[in-house]
Amino acid sequence: MSEQVTNGGTAIRRPETVSRAARSREANPSGLEPYLVVRDLEVTFPTADGPVKAVRGLSYSVPLGRTLAIVGESGSGKSVSSMAVMGLHNPQSTRISGSIRLGGHEVVGMRQEELRKLRGSTAAMVFQDPQSSLHPYYTVGKQLIEAYRAHHNVAKAKAAQRAIEMLARVGIPNPKKRMGDYPHQFSGGMRQRAMIAMSLINDPKLLIADEPTTALDVTVQAQILDLIMDLQRDFGSAVVFITHDLGVVAEIADDILVMYAGRAVEYGQVNKILGAPLHPYTWGLLESIPAVSGEPARLHPIPGAPPSLLAVPSGCPFHPRCEFREQVQGDLCRTETPDLIPRTADTSRTSRCHLREPDRVFETTVLPRLP
Amino acid sequence: MLLYILRRILIAISVVAVTLIASFALFYVAPTDPAGVLCGERCTPARYEEIRRSLNLDEPLPSQVGNYFKGLVVGRTYESGGTTVECEAPCLGYSYLLGQPVTKLFAQAIPVTFSLVLGGAIVYVSVGLLAGVFAARRRGTLFDRVTVGVSLILNSIPYFIVALIISLYATFLPPTQYTKLFENPAMWASGLLAAWLCLGLANAASYTRYSRGSMIESLGEDFVRTARAKGLTERKVVYGHGLRAALTPVASILGVDLAYQLTNTVFTETIFGLPGVGLMTLRAFFTFDLPVLMGGVLVGSIALVTMNLIVDVLYTVLDPRVRLS
Repeated sequence: MSEQVTNGGTAIRRPETVSRAARSREANPSGLEPYLVVRDLEVTFPTADGPVKAVRGLSYSVPLGRTLAIVGESGSGKSVSSMAVMGLHNPQSTRISGSIRLGGHEVVGMRQEELRKLRGSTAAMVFQDPQSSLHPYYTVGKQLIEAYRAHHNVAKAKAAQRAIEMLARVGIPNPKKRMGDYPHQFSGGMRQRAMIAMSLINDPKLLIADEPTTALDVTVQAQILDLIMDLQRDFGSAVVFITHDLGVVAEIADDILVMYAGRAVEYGQVNKILGAPLHPYTWGLLESIPAVSGEPARLHPIPGAPPSLLAVPSGCPFHPRCEFREQVQGDLCRTETPDLIPRTADTSRTSRCHLREPDRVFETTVLPRLP
Repeated sequence: MLLYILRRILIAISVVAVTLIASFALFYVAPTDPAGVLCGERCTPARYEEIRRSLNLDEPLPSQVGNYFKGLVVGRTYESGGTTVECEAPCLGYSYLLGQPVTKLFAQAIPVTFSLVLGGAIVYVSVGLLAGVFAARRRGTLFDRVTVGVSLILNSIPYFIVALIISLYATFLPPTQYTKLFENPAMWASGLLAAWLCLGLANAASYTRYSRGSMIESLGEDFVRTARAKGLTERKVVYGHGLRAALTPVASILGVDLAYQLTNTVFTETIFGLPGVGLMTLRAFFTFDLPVLMGGVLVGSIALVTMNLIVDVLYTVLDPRVRLS
C-alpha cells in the first residue's frame, strides 16, 4: 500500500528509536531485558477536533512468566497502549512514538509485514467480547485453523489436529465435533475459551488479555481467570491483563499499573500496591468496590468523570477530582505534573502524586473508610 | 430447511393467486369498458357483444377468475373471428389485438428482459462493489471523496437522461438488437452491450454507496480486529473477513432491485427498442389489451415473490446465524 505515507512519520522517528534501543542495551549489558519493555510510549490519533493523545508517556515491562495488570477507567489508555504493542493501530492515521521492545525486537516503526508475522505468533491478544470478536460467518474450527496456518505452512488436516488439541486444552468438551460449530452455537464462556484457544494456538510468548471476563457471567468469569492462570503456568508466557476490576487483579497479577488519562499513576507489585496504595486515584478505585460481607454500606464512587483527552486538566490530570488536593502546598497540583517516582523508602514502587507522606495519609484517612 | 423452502413456496403461490384475484376485481369494477375500447368508435351492438363474449366479460366475476385459473392449469380454448384457438397450459389468455396467445408473447419477452436485467446487474454489482470496497479502504482520502461525489451526482441525474445520453452518444458501441443467446452468443452480448452499460452505470452509483457503507461498517467490527491480531495478511483481513460480512446486506438489496427491474425496465427497453416485458405491458396498458395486462401482473408478481424467496434462502446461506434447523 502507500508505504511513503506510512513511513513519513516513521522515518523521522527511526533514529530516535535506534538510539533508545542502544541505550537500553547499555543499561542492560547482560542482554537479559524483560520480554516486553515499553518506554515513553505515546499514541496520538487525529480527530475532527484535533489530535488526541490517548497515551502520553507510558513505561512498563513484563518478564516471561509474570502477569501485569493494567487498571483504569474507560479512556485511560489501557486498551490503546496494548493495541500499540500488537501493532494494531492504523499506520496511516495513528502516530506512535517511544519504544516497544518485544523479545528484543523494536515494534515501533516496524514494517507492516514484519508486524503481521509477529501478531498472533509471538504476541497474541484476547478481546473483551467474544461474541463480536469471533467472525459470525465462519466455524470456530475454521477460525482456529486459519490462525495456525497464518504462521505455519502446514496442511489443513494438520492444522485441524492442532486446533482440536487447543480446544480440548481450554476445556471445550467434544472438541472434534464443536470444530464445525459457528460461534453463535457456543455459550458465552465457551466462546471466550475458543478465543483463548485461538490466541494460544501458535504458542505466543506474550498474551494480552483485554478485559476478557467483562462480557461474561460472574460464574463463568472465575473459570476463565483460572484457565488463563493455568495456561500461563504451562506456557510460561508473559501476560498483560487489562481490567478495571481490582478483585481480579489481586487474584491473578504479579504487578499492577494504574492508568489515568493516558499515564501511569501508580506502578509496582500487586501485594504492595493493593496492600497500601499511595495514589488518591487508586484509593478511589478501592473505595468504590462494594463490600460483599459485613454491614451494607454506601458505595463511594470517585466524584466527577474521567477527563476528555482533548482537554486534559493542567498539572496532575486527576486534581479536579482529588479530595486530597488541599493537603498539597500551594497550587502545585494544578500547575505541575508530578513524576512517576518512588514516594516512600521502597524504591521498587512508584507513583505520580505531590502528596507528602502518602503512606501515612493512607493509613490514617483512607484505610478506616475502606469497606 | 427443505420444509422451510416448501412452506415459503406455498406462501408465494398464494400471494400470486391473491394478487391475480385482486387485479381481476380491479379491472372488473373499473369504469373503463374494455370491450368498448376494443370495439372502437364505429361499433355495432352485435360486434360489441361478440367481443364481450370472447373476453368472457359477460360472465360473473367468480367464473371469470375460475376460467383463468383453469386455463393456467389445464389450458382452454378461445373463439377468434369464427375459428377456435387452442391455448395450452399454462394459458394466460389470448390477445385479440395481437392475435396471439399471451403465453407465447411473454415467452418471447421474458428472455429479453432477463438478458437485459441480469447483464446490467453484473455490470453494476461488479463496478459498485469494486469502487465501494476501494473507497471504504481509503476512507477520507481523495479517491474516497471523488467516488462518493461522482456516485451522488450520478444518483441525482434522472435515469432516463443517463439512458438517452448513452443511446445518443455512445454510437461507437455495437447497435442494440436482441438475438437469442443460444442462436448466437456473440451477437446476443454485443447487441445488448449498450443497454447493459446504461442500466449498469446508472445503478452502479447506488451499489458503490451501499457497498462502501457496508464495508466501512464491517471493517470497524471487532472480528476484523481479531483477524488482524491473528496475523492474517491484509488481503485476507479485508476480503476474507471484512468483505464477507459486508456482502450480506448488499445481496439482500440486490434481490429486491432485481425483482423490481424484471418488470420495470420500461425506460431501458423503450429507449433501446428491446421487446421486453416492460415494453409489452406498457403497450398493453395504452391499448387496454386486458389479457396481456393480466399476464404482466402475473409475471411481475411471480418475479417478485420468487426473488424474495431466493433472497431469503440466500440469506441463510450467507449468514449461518439465520440458518434454520
